[in-house]
Amino acid sequence: MAGLTISEKILSQHAGHTVRAGELCIVPVDGCMATDTTAPLAIRAFGEMGGETLFDPARFHLIIDHAAPAPNERIANLHQLMRQFATAQGCSLYDVGSGICHQVMTDHRKVQPGQVFMGADSHTPTYGALNAFACGMGSTDIAAIMLTGKTWLKVPATIKVVVHGHLQPGVSAKDLVLEVVRQLTISGATYQAVEYHGETVAAFSLSQRMVLCNMVAEMGAKTGLVSPEGLELPYAFTPVYADADASYSRVITIDAAAINPKIAIPDSPDAVHDADAYAGIKITYAFIGTCTNGRLDDLQEAARVLRGKHIAPGVRMVIAPASRQVLIDALSDGTIQTLVEAGATIINSGCGPCVGSHEGVPGDGEVVISTANRNFRGRMGNPNASIYLGSPRTVALSARYGFISSETSTHQNDTIP
Amino acid sequence: MITAKAHVYGDHIDTDRIIPGKYTKTLDLSTLAGHVMEDLDPDFHRNFTAGDIIVAGDNFGCGSSREQAPVALKAAGVSCIIARFYARIFFRNAINIGLPVLEIPDHDIARGDMLEVHLETGKVVNQTRQKTYQATRLPKVMLDIMQAGGLVPYLKKYNDYQLL
Repeated sequence: MAGLTISEKILSQHAGHTVRAGELCIVPVDGCMATDTTAPLAIRAFGEMGGETLFDPARFHLIIDHAAPAPNERIANLHQLMRQFATAQGCSLYDVGSGICHQVMTDHRKVQPGQVFMGADSHTPTYGALNAFACGMGSTDIAAIMLTGKTWLKVPATIKVVVHGHLQPGVSAKDLVLEVVRQLTISGATYQAVEYHGETVAAFSLSQRMVLCNMVAEMGAKTGLVSPEGLELPYAFTPVYADADASYSRVITIDAAAINPKIAIPDSPDAVHDADAYAGIKITYAFIGTCTNGRLDDLQEAARVLRGKHIAPGVRMVIAPASRQVLIDALSDGTIQTLVEAGATIINSGCGPCVGSHEGVPGDGEVVISTANRNFRGRMGNPNASIYLGSPRTVALSARYGFISSETSTHQNDTIP
Repeated sequence: MITAKAHVYGDHIDTDRIIPGKYTKTLDLSTLAGHVMEDLDPDFHRNFTAGDIIVAGDNFGCGSSREQAPVALKAAGVSCIIARFYARIFFRNAINIGLPVLEIPDHDIARGDMLEVHLETGKVVNQTRQKTYQATRLPKVMLDIMQAGGLVPYLKKYNDYQLL
């Protein structure tokens, strides 16, 4: 009998017996969360199910991040509904300015290695960086967890992605994950898990690992996990490794050194090309933030590019730190000052303009370059705008020059640290 | 049994196209229904009659976990969806809210075809083309949730998940 993948191991531990890809199981859920997009429907479904008290208030978290602060009275009232529910039930509520759900859960240690965590947000697999089995679900599935403390799952088959070698200077985890999305396509990992291995990712920080797991959603995957080799956390934990003889549906090997800066062009995250191939396209709006790339290292990278410089005339740059902790850290080390002096607009911690609800909707015909994970038509609130996705460095370089730019394009006479 | 007209869309129809994120923050179903498919098909409401069927290619409903996507389709009167395959969260959400979804990997349904859908068996008869298709069989727990009319009535009936 073959060994087990990380997903099979975590789910077996929770199911109480060994389960393998393709089997169904019912598992206790260690933690779950919903946001202001998904919590109102979940709270309503919980009531319709006859729910009166949460199965365990300590395991349920509400985060106000998708349209926060509220842009209108309708959304303000949904936020009120969430606050009232949290007060009545005794669960945690992370209010306006706390940050993006996934960063908040990570900062506050609400997800830990070996756990099963479910979130009413499609980028919940981000916690695979923490060696947890985490899936996105809809509001009614979350309501059932609020009521029963468990859920049913089909154990996913796993695609193994092995990354060797060193990334070139100026090339980041975002460029690597865009390459994986390109290879697997937007539906190539549907119903499956993506498990990252290799010495490249073993050397990655938690933030870089979160980038890799975040964008498995753009491959259709159920979850993403990074093998815990090299994982450093500020607390003791028991890592869950895959068995050496685990069975995989597919193995992809990537040479990190061969990866150039990448961008996804409109209108799909899997339309990935070398950024150089699109160098010179004029942009008017640059956005750095989101659960993919709004962390301290991302803001620091942008600050390195923009230190002592100014963004190009006709470009506006919006930056949303992923959480209050990220904002505090970026304030204390001067990163925010550098970015503001360069002409950037800092907005509050949260999802910002990524999901098109507030805080920076593009106008008709505008070209946006963003560090987000999705560029579907209309994603940022206007179907007549185009969105390119890239790394924080590529976005900062593009803001600085006013057109899509990467390391090797267009500015040989300019020194970039 | 459902007998209705097919409205056919392509591959990878994402949830931003089904219901843009800017409209999702509401509990008012008529608001959702009013904006369904608006960026993809501005004529949706002119051509669609309540009870009609949405038909798509690969990976229908990819992207966000927003349950508002199937909720908006159901509120607009969609009686069921047929696709070659679905994004996983959308598929689960649709069944959870009582919107029947059938996976038919090899269908060749075209716009305007009249379909006869047998939800209990997963058989779909294309009356226009005189063809029959068979939907992929669902696991028992999903069939039970679908037959109960969604996860809310399912849990009220069984109190807990039943795999077998």
